[in-house]
Amino acid sequence: MSVLVFTENWEGKFKKLSFELVSYAAKVAEMLGTTAIALSIGDVADDELSKLGNYGAKKVVNLKSEALKILDSQAYTAAIAEIVEKEDAKVVVFANNNMGKSIAPRLSVKLKAAVGSGVSKLPVSTEPFVVYKRAYSGNAFANVALKSDIKILTLMQNSFDLAETANEASIEAGSVSVDGAMVKTQVKDVQKQTGRLLLTDAEIVVAGGRGMKSADNWAPLEELAEVLEGATACSRPVSDEGWRPHEEHTGQTGKIVAPNLYFAIGISGATQHLAGVSSSKYIVAINSDKDAPIFDAAQYGIVGDAAKVLPKLVEAVKEAKAK
Amino acid sequence: MKILVCISNVPDTTTKVKFAENNTKFDPAGVQWVINPWDELALTRALELKDNSSAGVASVTVAHVGLATAEPTIRKALAIGADDAIRVNLEATDAYQVAAQLAEVIKNEQFDIVLCGIESSDFNGSTVGSMVAEFIGYPSVSAVSGLNIENGQSVITREIDGGKETVSVPSPFVAIVQKGIAKEPRIAAMRGIMQARKKQIKVVEPIAVDALTEVVSFEPPQPRAKCVFVDAEDPKQLVDLLQNEAKVI
Repeated sequence: MSVLVFTENWEGKFKKLSFELVSYAAKVAEMLGTTAIALSIGDVADDELSKLGNYGAKKVVNLKSEALKILDSQAYTAAIAEIVEKEDAKVVVFANNNMGKSIAPRLSVKLKAAVGSGVSKLPVSTEPFVVYKRAYSGNAFANVALKSDIKILTLMQNSFDLAETANEASIEAGSVSVDGAMVKTQVKDVQKQTGRLLLTDAEIVVAGGRGMKSADNWAPLEELAEVLEGATACSRPVSDEGWRPHEEHTGQTGKIVAPNLYFAIGISGATQHLAGVSSSKYIVAINSDKDAPIFDAAQYGIVGDAAKVLPKLVEAVKEAKAK
Repeated sequence: MKILVCISNVPDTTTKVKFAENNTKFDPAGVQWVINPWDELALTRALELKDNSSAGVASVTVAHVGLATAEPTIRKALAIGADDAIRVNLEATDAYQVAAQLAEVIKNEQFDIVLCGIESSDFNGSTVGSMVAEFIGYPSVSAVSGLNIENGQSVITREIDGGKETVSVPSPFVAIVQKGIAKEPRIAAMRGIMQARKKQIKVVEPIAVDALTEVVSFEPPQPRAKCVFVDAEDPKQLVDLLQNEAKVI
């Protein structure tokens, strides 16, 4: 038996999320008295693959397949199902991101395996197998028993601490019977976001709301994000108004993020907004209304006009960083 | 071309969430129920495609797995413009079980496009749409933020981590949709509400499928510490707290 963890790569490189997943899978394996095996699909060099060992993977299955060059959920599911069988995996771990969400549920049906989706902690127990997950859009958490032989978990990004170990992983070439005939998805065009840090990867997020008053007032907010090496985000009214692109919308219907630090600037803190950001480790609120509900969710607050506070805050951060 | 939109019946997003029976069940007392926000956007997009004659959409059906108490929500979908509705008479507690029921509906009725919202705002599973696709062996595309039909071909925009892709899959397929699929949810007009009364909600009995999960208990989120206020004239103090107390910058 084993715990299998699917580690996505971005143009041949892993990122923090990949190591977070492996750290998590290694701990789950430890709970079950077994070992974690990482699965990588695509062109990743051996020295990059070996990094997964530093986070506890005993073995890395390196699967290269023409049929898996693009994400086709059926082909990926069939391929991963084969690896699960070969490695006798009893737990399969994915990221709770676009990739994980498109494969994990299909794999669930194929293997008749229960899914614990959006878990943010290690399983509460393994006999019975109970996981702790977000429910009611962050207004509650649920302890859910997974009753099947094989279990699938999708881990919330930035919810599990990296755990480096002195372990080395063996690298093994994987093979599957999936071929191109199975692939139904045709990719016509790809538009990559370049240059900027991805909102979902950012450890610091600086978000603005309607209290920013106009699209023209974003410069100091962007500057704050820049000096903190964070990403910018916004509330729903802001993206609806077209002040900022939709990709930046954090909240229930936008992106769900869980950075270490989230700045809510001119955001009142409607339930729907908090649903997308409440897993952030620290929230700083800056709002001119001292009764705004965002202050109930924040650990640190400033009551004041964002336009006046932001430039001073940027200066203060610059000063602190220069020390 | 026939479109099916799978809808979930969820507490209004501003509901104060409470639990009953030793924190094992959601307490529905005083709760307003609505169409799950992403499903509502999916329905809106389906109706926009139907309105656009070049897309060739003949009908939009909604399907729901749940008890009769959900009928006002289904009626709302009909009032917004769905042509007809199917309700599978089963209390929805497990994604696998729900998906199996929807797959059965699709097998019996045949649709060209099946739309599901990315997640329900109650269980936050993000699983049902892709599960349905696997049950019936259809291709599925997740994280869909745009859907068009051009010359009978699907043109789909999907979000990937770090950008967007334009993809196409042959019909029939399942699209799991999210923000961007429609700008604002369509609202029922008085005429729609009147017409909805005459539209049919077909009730079917569930097939036997075991649930794979069971909620043991619900818990409130961890309470947060009280907000520490910093003088607006002195943001240095905030930076100091973030650096030395929270240690996040």
